[in-house]
Amino acid sequence: MEFLNYFGGVFEPWAFMLLLGGTIGGLILGATPGLSPTMAVALLIPFTFHMSATHGLVLLGAAYTSTVAGGAVSAILLKIPGAPANIATALDGNEMAKRGEGARALHMSFLSSGVGGVIGILLLIFLTPVLAQWVLKIQTPHVFWIAILGVTVIGSLDSKSFVKGLLSGCIGLWLSTIGYDEIQGTERFIFADALSGGIGIIPALIGLFAIPQVLDMMAKGRVDALVEALEVPKQKLTASLRELTRYVRALSIGTVVGSIIGLIPGVGGQIAGLVAYDQSRKLSPQREKFGTGHPEGVVAAESANNAMVGPSLVPLLTLSIPGSPTAAVLLGGLLIKEIFPGSDIFDNHPEVVWTFINSMLVGQVLMVIFGIMIAGWAARIARAPAPIMAAGVLVLAVFGSYSVGQSVGDVHIMLALGIGMFILEKFGFSAAPLVLGLILGPIAGDNFTQGMTLAAAQDGPWVYFFTGTLNIFLISLVIASIAYSFWNNMLAGGKTPAAEPAGREAK
Amino acid sequence: MTSHRMQHVVPGLAIFVLASIVTWLSFTQQPAEAFLFPRVISVVFIILAAWNLIRAVTGMSKVGRGIPVDTLKNLAPGLAVMLLYVFFGAKHLGFYLGSTLAFFAIYSFYDPASWSSVKDWIKRIFVTAAFMAVIYALFAVVLQVHTPRGILF
Repeated sequence: MEFLNYFGGVFEPWAFMLLLGGTIGGLILGATPGLSPTMAVALLIPFTFHMSATHGLVLLGAAYTSTVAGGAVSAILLKIPGAPANIATALDGNEMAKRGEGARALHMSFLSSGVGGVIGILLLIFLTPVLAQWVLKIQTPHVFWIAILGVTVIGSLDSKSFVKGLLSGCIGLWLSTIGYDEIQGTERFIFADALSGGIGIIPALIGLFAIPQVLDMMAKGRVDALVEALEVPKQKLTASLRELTRYVRALSIGTVVGSIIGLIPGVGGQIAGLVAYDQSRKLSPQREKFGTGHPEGVVAAESANNAMVGPSLVPLLTLSIPGSPTAAVLLGGLLIKEIFPGSDIFDNHPEVVWTFINSMLVGQVLMVIFGIMIAGWAARIARAPAPIMAAGVLVLAVFGSYSVGQSVGDVHIMLALGIGMFILEKFGFSAAPLVLGLILGPIAGDNFTQGMTLAAAQDGPWVYFFTGTLNIFLISLVIASIAYSFWNNMLAGGKTPAAEPAGREAK
Repeated sequence: MTSHRMQHVVPGLAIFVLASIVTWLSFTQQPAEAFLFPRVISVVFIILAAWNLIRAVTGMSKVGRGIPVDTLKNLAPGLAVMLLYVFFGAKHLGFYLGSTLAFFAIYSFYDPASWSSVKDWIKRIFVTAAFMAVIYALFAVVLQVHTPRGILF
């Protein structure tokens, strides 16, 4: 119950202001089609440089929580999911809105997001310290395998093609080796001056997540893409609360599925929402109503994608392995504040970490309150014309990546990675495994090099890296994640249409 | 070879060439200890790149639509502005002037509103000025980020 000691920090005026601003801003950003939670958090990171670690993380945590929930607004009122995590929400939510039940759908969405989110954060609170103790037993070769596992899991599960998923992860790992190797004191793969300092995580994250979305908006050309938002007639909140109690099954399924998927490194909200929706439909006596505007569909999807948020931070805070692509961006936010996840994070930075986690718990409540209050007009604000958004995001991306190290080289790297990622995405590659490779690469590399040195003094690399219960267990998980994805690809091989669109990464 | 298959072969080949260069550099550069981890990665990288290329050549690579010509035509002006802005404008004209011009150019080009209406041009100028004022307030005043000043500011 140590977390209770740090609740006061959340209600300090500046921290609370940031929490409030992050929540409201996140709801609007989340409701804006084309601006994903991952991109929103990536673009916010430069604004946290001048803040204390606690305040910066409060802002990023609030944005993470509310952008995921805010995506439901445009999914319901515009039938355009604000983020991939809200795809399943649009299926029933928009049908409800068309029937004039937009307010009911939004209430169901935010209330179930809140319930799922609170349970998810409670899991984070109680699981993380336990896992952090277990992490104490982990040694160099295990950390190496855990980092590789993070890349293979996301590479396998987040892509429609497992070869391309793993290839993306591999490209990310290679990119992480560019720059000056401090252990050996030598340069690696420096093809241009801008690369001499290596590829910074923040410029890379901004480039990989923001620039492809800018280019996607431009790719549509001069079209008036505005979609009319459906009207939101008023509905009593108490009626919605009573109604929610009728959907306990969907709420439970969504929360459990979201929590479990959040714990799996790198998987993210898109999968959580869709799996929960599918399971709720299968287990519902009214399964034929799903897809026709059934509130159970909204409840299952939204409780799942917000329940995923808390648990996605469990592997992040203990093992440095993010549970979702947005959590990967948060890891970047932690690292620039020199907070290194691991077994001792709660000993070294208890105030920062607990205030951050507590703020996410309070943020869930604020998200429900403000979500219900502003949903109607958030959808209208979110209909900012695509040309303004494209130009605005580009300028923010340039300023954001420059302000990290005050280096024009970082801006060049950001744009080069962004354009490269846009092209790769069009051919079925995904940004998430690449980002995980880039973030986990140094962890894997350092532990591999250290392990090889230790192994040379002991029984050799084979014994050091491939024997022992934990090594074998982790290697089995790596193989299982690849085999599972390979098997799924084989099964789907005959059914995949010739020109299936490339999936945007789960955010 | 169909155009769809060709669309996958070109990036497949590019990635294979990249993987080959990475592998070659990893195994030829010294000191060997510094390239130990890159060597491990490069072996996996080249195997996966070869597998991906074979799938593309044999028509098994089906995920992803590629980049249609219409998309390229739509992208070309925006991309040109982007590249000019980042590789020339931001440094030589100054971050704020370069950004203002880039924002205005991209917004104006992709705005579906009429190009012949004075009212629409005034709106574009007003939106650009308002956006850049917010950016200036955030980065120059609040965050105190010192950006290259170029010929103006």
